[in-house]
Amino acid sequence: MGDSLSVVAVALVCVTTVAVGGLGLRLSRRTSDFYVAGRTVSPRLNASAISGEYLSAASFLGVAGLIYDQGVDLLWLPVGYTLGYLVLLVMVAAPMRRSGAYTLPDFAEARLGSVLVRRLAAVLVVAIGWLYLVPQFQGAGLALALVTGAPAWVGAALVAVVVALAVGAGGMRSITFVQAMQYWIKLTCLAVPAFVLLALWARSGGGLPPVTESWWTPFAPRSADDHPVYRTASMMLALCLGTMGLPHVLVRYYTNPDGVAARRTTTSVIALLGLFYLVPPVYAVLGRVHLPSLPPGVRSDTIVLELPERVVSGVSGDVLTAMLAGGAFAALLSTASGLAMSVTGVLHQEFLRPRLSRLTGGDAFGFGGFRLAAVVAVIVPFFVARHVEQIGIATTVGFAFSLAAATFAPLLMLGVWWRRLSRVGAVAGLVVGAVAATSAALTTFVFGPMGGWPGALLANPAAWCTPLAFATTVLVSLATPTSVPRDTARLMVRLHTPERVDLARSRIPE
Amino acid sequence: MSPERSGPPERVRVTSSRRTAAAATRSRQLASELDEQTELGDVLLDGLRRAQLRLGLTVLALMGLALGGFPVLLALVPSTQTMTLAGIPLPWLVLGGLVYPAAWLLARAYVRQSERIETEFAEVVGEEGRRDG
Repeated sequence: MGDSLSVVAVALVCVTTVAVGGLGLRLSRRTSDFYVAGRTVSPRLNASAISGEYLSAASFLGVAGLIYDQGVDLLWLPVGYTLGYLVLLVMVAAPMRRSGAYTLPDFAEARLGSVLVRRLAAVLVVAIGWLYLVPQFQGAGLALALVTGAPAWVGAALVAVVVALAVGAGGMRSITFVQAMQYWIKLTCLAVPAFVLLALWARSGGGLPPVTESWWTPFAPRSADDHPVYRTASMMLALCLGTMGLPHVLVRYYTNPDGVAARRTTTSVIALLGLFYLVPPVYAVLGRVHLPSLPPGVRSDTIVLELPERVVSGVSGDVLTAMLAGGAFAALLSTASGLAMSVTGVLHQEFLRPRLSRLTGGDAFGFGGFRLAAVVAVIVPFFVARHVEQIGIATTVGFAFSLAAATFAPLLMLGVWWRRLSRVGAVAGLVVGAVAATSAALTTFVFGPMGGWPGALLANPAAWCTPLAFATTVLVSLATPTSVPRDTARLMVRLHTPERVDLARSRIPE
Repeated sequence: MSPERSGPPERVRVTSSRRTAAAATRSRQLASELDEQTELGDVLLDGLRRAQLRLGLTVLALMGLALGGFPVLLALVPSTQTMTLAGIPLPWLVLGGLVYPAAWLLARAYVRQSERIETEFAEVVGEEGRRDG
């Protein structure tokens, strides 16, 4: 009974996603509709869309699971996810919109006038996007297996097909509607069961969970050579600076009508994310009340899905579980389609379109090429997810943030605010940041988690990779003043001048 | 102002004063200074960029201070770790709840301030003629 209700909920979410995607198909006419929804999305809609896209399975299931598992220190995680938008707001939101670029590689090339920087940025966008897609597919398998007993690949395949259809059908415009809707689905699906559980808990007397002292105490070391303060600080830095470098986040800024709207959108995003993140700690604490220790064979990631059945018996428990399963699937679908969208955009623009137009002798291939790119963007991480062994969702996601913080954060922040950024400096910073972050993660994957300081530094590389990348970019730029792009001044005029000032020559016509 | 009127006040069109009308001709030239990359344009833009950067860094500093300061407070005054408000321990209350409205207020203050900087800049160099506000 509970299984069939959950299947209905998951099916409903999938069908709605494809249906709304189809709606976008009828509205998409020009290439810019596909990429950036014709730049006519209002701040409210856009904020819902950004939040809907951003709240992945890691937020819907993972945050509650991690707080349940490790206690108060993991409350920093959703704080970091939210504050990333504050940093994005004050550092890049409006200038990024005013740059007039479609994608991160577009911005890199516009700012530095270098094809090499553009290519590097494109490779990084695809790398970060795929890195983030793999755990989404794995999470889909886990969630569907838990609520229905289906094999793990079924969930991943389902998400892959739905995402490829939605992206390929209507591009960004459809995705904007889908994402906006999914924020509200997710909030409802997480908050309603939480209220029911809270009310039941209060009625039964509201006892405190039987937990150890260290669960309540901030920065309690997990082991003798654990460094909780460093671990938390490095994670916060990765989340705060990494958010601006996530390709599926930044691509949304191009759908704002102007820089002022981009800022207002971000403020709304912070409100919507804050509202959402009030809920997961409720599951963590109530989870400890009803399940003082994890039953064998249960992952802490699934605590949200386990809880209603333990507390509410009969059909109402099944309904709550079905809601949560549907919400988790909405979370997976929205993040996966946002990521797939930006990877598709870059694959199409950088790698496929040039080749296809050479084949056909023109760009008659327009939409067909875009759809081909959508399939490639989804299929690669799907097979990687099938073949790599299960690395924890939080680990892979954290690595994606660290990589973004060590590469795109210096490029964007210095690119927007610093006139002396040179081409050589930008390339050096991107390469050093990418190599440092990647090798730290690979070392952890290959040799397993290590103890003491080496382990702490390698597992949370952002605290040293990011300053290293910033320092490299600045020092190399200062050493190579001749490779500062000649039109930097014009770019600065375009990035910082408000739209209502009439600039005939510096502005890109839209 | 008739005393019997009860509904919302009538809408009034607010028009620009003579002062800004006069500024428009002067500023038209300033906008083109910006566009033509003259030295004057450079100075104007640098002022705007620096003002925005200073504002952004101030927000980041406030955020960093709050984020870094909270663990320091917990370490220096251990009683704050176990203190409860309305039954919720302080670390949970701050990290699980209060931080979000605080971030939102900071973001709103930033947006207002940065829009003010841009408005002042636009008044100096002149706004686009075709578009309203």
